[in-house]
Amino acid sequence: MPSATLLTQSLITGVLAGALYGLLALGLSLSWGLLRLVNIGHFAMALLGAYLTWYLGSALGIPPYVSGPVIVAAFFLYGVALHWVFMRFRVAEMASMLITFSIAVFLESVIQALWTADFRRYETAWASSSVVVGPFFVPTLNLAAAIMASVLAVLTWAWLRWTYVGKALRAGAEDAPIAAAFGINHRRLSYILSGVCAAYAGVAGVFIALIATLAPSEIWTWVGVVFAVVIIGRLGNPLGALAGGVLIGACEATTMAVADPAWAPLVSFSVLIALLLFKPRWI
Amino acid sequence: MSGIRPLPALVVLALAALLVAVPALGLPAFYVSFLYVACNWVSLATSWAMLSGYAGYWSFGHAAFFGVGVYAAGTLAAKLGVPFLLTIPAAAALSALLGAAVGFVVFRVKRLRGELFALMTISVTAVVATIISNTPIDGGSGVYLIGVALPELFGSQNGTIYLLGLGMAVIAMASSYAVAHSRLGLGLFAIHDDEDVAEVKGVPTFRYKLAAFALSAAIAGAVGAVYSIYVSYVTVSETFEITVTMYPVVMTILGGARNWAGPALGAVIVTSALYGLASGPQAYLGRGAIAIGLVLVILLLPQGVLTSIVNLWHRRHPRRIVVPSRVAPAIATPPRSGPAAVALDCRGVTKAFGGIQALKGVTLAVNAGEILGLVGPNGSGKSTLINVITGHYPIDRGSIAFEGARIDALPAHRVAALGIARSYQIPRPFNHLSVLDNVALAARFGTAHQPGGEAAAEAMHWLDYTGLAAKAADLPQQLNLHERKFLELARALAARPRLLLLDEVMSGLNPGEIDAALRLVRDIRDGGTTIVFVEHLMRAVVALSDRVAVLNEGALIALGTPQETMRDAEVVSVYLGKAHVA
Repeated sequence: MPSATLLTQSLITGVLAGALYGLLALGLSLSWGLLRLVNIGHFAMALLGAYLTWYLGSALGIPPYVSGPVIVAAFFLYGVALHWVFMRFRVAEMASMLITFSIAVFLESVIQALWTADFRRYETAWASSSVVVGPFFVPTLNLAAAIMASVLAVLTWAWLRWTYVGKALRAGAEDAPIAAAFGINHRRLSYILSGVCAAYAGVAGVFIALIATLAPSEIWTWVGVVFAVVIIGRLGNPLGALAGGVLIGACEATTMAVADPAWAPLVSFSVLIALLLFKPRWI
Repeated sequence: MSGIRPLPALVVLALAALLVAVPALGLPAFYVSFLYVACNWVSLATSWAMLSGYAGYWSFGHAAFFGVGVYAAGTLAAKLGVPFLLTIPAAAALSALLGAAVGFVVFRVKRLRGELFALMTISVTAVVATIISNTPIDGGSGVYLIGVALPELFGSQNGTIYLLGLGMAVIAMASSYAVAHSRLGLGLFAIHDDEDVAEVKGVPTFRYKLAAFALSAAIAGAVGAVYSIYVSYVTVSETFEITVTMYPVVMTILGGARNWAGPALGAVIVTSALYGLASGPQAYLGRGAIAIGLVLVILLLPQGVLTSIVNLWHRRHPRRIVVPSRVAPAIATPPRSGPAAVALDCRGVTKAFGGIQALKGVTLAVNAGEILGLVGPNGSGKSTLINVITGHYPIDRGSIAFEGARIDALPAHRVAALGIARSYQIPRPFNHLSVLDNVALAARFGTAHQPGGEAAAEAMHWLDYTGLAAKAADLPQQLNLHERKFLELARALAARPRLLLLDEVMSGLNPGEIDAALRLVRDIRDGGTTIVFVEHLMRAVVALSDRVAVLNEGALIALGTPQETMRDAEVVSVYLGKAHVA
């Protein structure tokens, strides 16, 4: 059994990693819950964002605080375009899954073609810096990612809760024809939301580039965990996505500390399966 | 017509003989290997489609079941010395068990059925891969099957492996054909179109999905076992590769998901394309191209190649339906425990949705053989009452008994089997099944549980009865509202119910059609069926009902003959406002 200090340290790491899961889950949860579109391509977009950040930074010397906003804006446009395709061809939920799955596979081969399958690491000055709190180290970049995830989750929650756009989106997700009868232009709003979701993939991508080692196949390592987070946090609920991410992150870190790190992928599924077995109505 | 038939059969036989004889032809190993790989994908795609194509539950975890088969065979044959041919059924059994276990967990969740299933299957792949690579099953270094002995047919091990692969493809396609033409298949197709309605019409949806999933997984496992000896060195990263999951999906969608031969056609097309385009180190480019191809196919040809061809054929050569000579009796099947005076007995039935009390302790007995009109303002709980009687929603408190036996805890398909059928206010036909199949399904899964041929004859009888016989081969979208309402009725009648719940069959009909419907309902009652009907049209209520029950805000406020209830002060105030109460 590891010491209390070690356990707390790994718990801190886990919570921070979990916040990144939450950041990834945010865009997915919104498009699944409010647009009824399951976007597996979200992960591929996040990784593409990460590669772009790394490439612009290490090859062209453009720092992430400059490239980041550009990437996020471009991804917003991609989200709008993707939604146009979905609307144009009246794509249903299951078909959206298969299409975005194909987009993910396509982007994986694009990334591999452009930057090969080798591991890539974005070396920055902040990479090794940490905030020291007592005996514990809190890596600066992970902390920044967690803060960003929390800020976005809270802002999105407030946006959906209190603004007209948010209320209209929730009404449209509940019953689109009735919402339309009350004068809600769900189509236009859904373009905005799809753009926002893709932009969140961009935000996540920038932080992934700063924190993690990149490889094209990384796309698939997130799929299971993050979808588990989305379901545990309840669809369309931004705060739930964050909380679910932190929960899973903490559980994984604890598992890694007390058992073999290789077993970590099982944690999120165990939590999810337990939830489905004992509380099937949660979903 | 019969003159053309033998030709395709001959062609198929010749092709089959050729395929079996391939190892003896002395072809270069490359071709034998290509044919094996094609068979491998034909089997995987066909097995994937048995649940995912037919019932519409898309699995993204076929690699998990395939991989369990690969490692089961590897472990048994290479490490424990089990003869290789015996490892194939063992692999199939293990994969089937895993499939059934996953299905048992996921299929219980009613909301988000398809999507949740898809995501869970992605997760299962990751879990299985993690377990295998972290335990001595693989240990991170892979498993060699080089020394495993294999009976040699046609003088080479390659030939034997190819024949095993061909055998798997034949088994997979034969199973898929058998399923598609069975009760199970009909049930799965109905689940695809509208799972709730399928359950209410008597399809045991949970069991059927589980069975299809287990069968699909079993075949994938057996295919994996054969694959292990083909590659002779198995690793986690290659076995559980994303393409193993992705290709069967692509192939099935390309070929046609609802046709038993569609996945095989798709598999042959994709495998040939891959061998031509994307072998060697540039394989990822081929993957990318296939992904884009898949997007285009889903957007432009959502039904798949084979289904599109079949539909085109049928447009030129319309299906002819032979009207069966035997006319089914228009009598309901006799009750199992003798005639009961009270057919349906609801006591204190309570149902809430969140904070809304839809039913507040409704107590209502329906006598055998009567026509009971159920009226009340919109939102008074009429449809909810029908939904809880048929088992679609569980009740919170109270009890519901049918012919003396409690039914409130039974799943909807069991309630249907006892002899309760309903129609839907807004018609909910199975959109991809023909009008005839829609009705035949009700006959096959209803009270009488008729075998296929008889069910079709019975269905034809009810289509005739409701005036839809000429439309038997059409799809439900081709019917107008009036015809769709009568399709609902025919579906309910084909189940041969002893209690029939009709939800606003008259709304939207013109006066002539209403007269026809009134006659029809009386005829049905005279055949021995008890009828509860929800209706806003007072002319119909007064003309038909022996008794009328009035619901308001989830409570029963009046019950009696039509004349009594229409004069009841509370009823008048609910309908017309307090000022009109005399």
